Amino acid sequence: MVKDRYDIVVIGAGPAGSVAARYAAENGASVLMLERDREPGIPVRCAEGVSHNGIAPFIDIDKRWIASQIDIAKLTSPNGESAFMYNNGVGYVLERRIFDTALCELAAKHGARLITKADALDLIKENDKITGVKYRYMGETREVKCDIVIAADGTESRVGRWAGINTTVALRDIDTCVQYTLAGLDLKKEICEFYFGNEVSPGGYVWIFPKSDSTANVGIGIAGHLSHEKGPKEYLDKFVARRFPDATITYTMYGGVPTAATLKEIVKDNFMIVGDAARQVNPITGGGIVQGMIAGRIAGKVAAEAVKKGKFDAKFLKKYRKEWDKTLGNTQKVMHSMKEKFLFMTDERFNNLVGYCQKIPSDKFSLKALFTEAVKGDPKLMLDVAKSFVVSKIKLK
Amino acid sequence: MKIIYELCDICGTCVAVCPVDAITVSEFKVEIDNDICTDCLNCLKVCPAKAIEEGE
Repeated sequence: MVKDRYDIVVIGAGPAGSVAARYAAENGASVLMLERDREPGIPVRCAEGVSHNGIAPFIDIDKRWIASQIDIAKLTSPNGESAFMYNNGVGYVLERRIFDTALCELAAKHGARLITKADALDLIKENDKITGVKYRYMGETREVKCDIVIAADGTESRVGRWAGINTTVALRDIDTCVQYTLAGLDLKKEICEFYFGNEVSPGGYVWIFPKSDSTANVGIGIAGHLSHEKGPKEYLDKFVARRFPDATITYTMYGGVPTAATLKEIVKDNFMIVGDAARQVNPITGGGIVQGMIAGRIAGKVAAEAVKKGKFDAKFLKKYRKEWDKTLGNTQKVMHSMKEKFLFMTDERFNNLVGYCQKIPSDKFSLKALFTEAVKGDPKLMLDVAKSFVVSKIKLK
Repeated sequence: MKIIYELCDICGTCVAVCPVDAITVSEFKVEIDNDICTDCLNCLKVCPAKAIEEGE
C-alpha cells in the first residue's frame, strides 16, 4: 500500500534518485520514489560508459547489467593520429535499463518504495513551505505529503524551478547529443574510442562504446551554441557513413548533457536537488552516472539525518552542499573552466594533444602526465590551465 | 515556437535551456506555452532532433 505521507519523496528513479532513496531509507527515513516512465532506466538516453571504481562502492558488480568490459581508450585527433590509454582502470559499458532497475531494487531492499508511471505535476506548498508533491498516476491526480522533496528529474528538470531554483543552462553549457546503437560491426569490444576536432564534433567529441564485438553505442555531443547551422545528427551521420558504412541502426536516441558547473543553489527549505537536474556532470567528459550517485549518497544521508533531528530548513540541508563541494563540486568547477578552453581549441591543438598522449608510456597515463607533456610543447596551454585554476580560485586535488 | 511531433523524441533538452519555464514534458509529450515563450530560440538551437520551428 502506498501511504499518503513519507518523510522523503524522491522525484526521478535514475541513478542519482535511487541512490538518494537507498541511503535515506538505510538511515531510517521513510522514502517514496516517483518515476515518470513505466520502468526505471527507459528510455535510455546515455552512452552507458562508467568506470569500475566509480560504481563499485554502490552496488555489487553483476554481469546482468554489463554489456562489455573496457580496458583501453583510443583517442583520435583531427589528423587521424591515435593514442591509446591503458591505465585508467577497468571500465564498463552498461545496460542502463537493467542497471537502473537494479539500483531501485537495492533501494527497495533498504525499505524505499517506488511508483512507476507517476508523473510529478507540482510541489504542494503551504504558506510558501514545501509540504509534498502532486502527481499524476494512471489518469488520476494524487497528493503525497513529506518533509523533504529530493528532485532527481534529470536534464529536463522542472522540479527545481517549482522550488524557486534557477536551473536554466546556457547554450554553451549544454551538449546536444545523438546516439545510435549500431549492429553488424567488426570491433574489439575492450576498446572504446573518442574522436575530436572541429570538423568531427565542434566543442565535443564522437564516442564508440562497444556493447559486444558487433554492436556499439556510437554517439556525438556538440556544444549547444555551435549546433544551430548543422546539428549533431548531421555530424554523426557523416562519421558513421565513413567509419561504419554497412552498419544497421537498432536504436536512435537524442538528448542533452549539461556541461556546466553545479547549480548555485542545490538546497532550499524542505528541498534538495541531485544529479543531472543539479548539473552534477563532469563538464569535460559529460559523464554523470557516478557523479549523480555520489551526490545522491550525500543527499540521502543528510536528508535522513534531517528527519532524525527534525530540521528541514536550508541551513541544515546545506550540509549536502558542503559535502558535495568537498567531494566533487569544487573539482567540477575547475573542469568547467578547463572545458571553456576546449571549446576554443583549434584542430592543430587537438593534433598536438594526441601527439603528447603518444609520448606518454601507455601504462603511465594520467591527466597529470598529459599536462606535463603538453606543457613542454605548448606553453600557452599551461597558461590556459593556470587561468582555469585562478578563475575557480581552488586547487584540483 | 512550434514542435514538430513527428521528429520530437521527448528528450527534454529544450526544457533545460528555456529561461522562462515555458516548456513542459511528460512521458508522452513536450509542449511549449506560447503565452510565456519569449522567442529567444534557445530550444530551437539545441534541439538534437531539429523538432522545433518558429511560429505558433
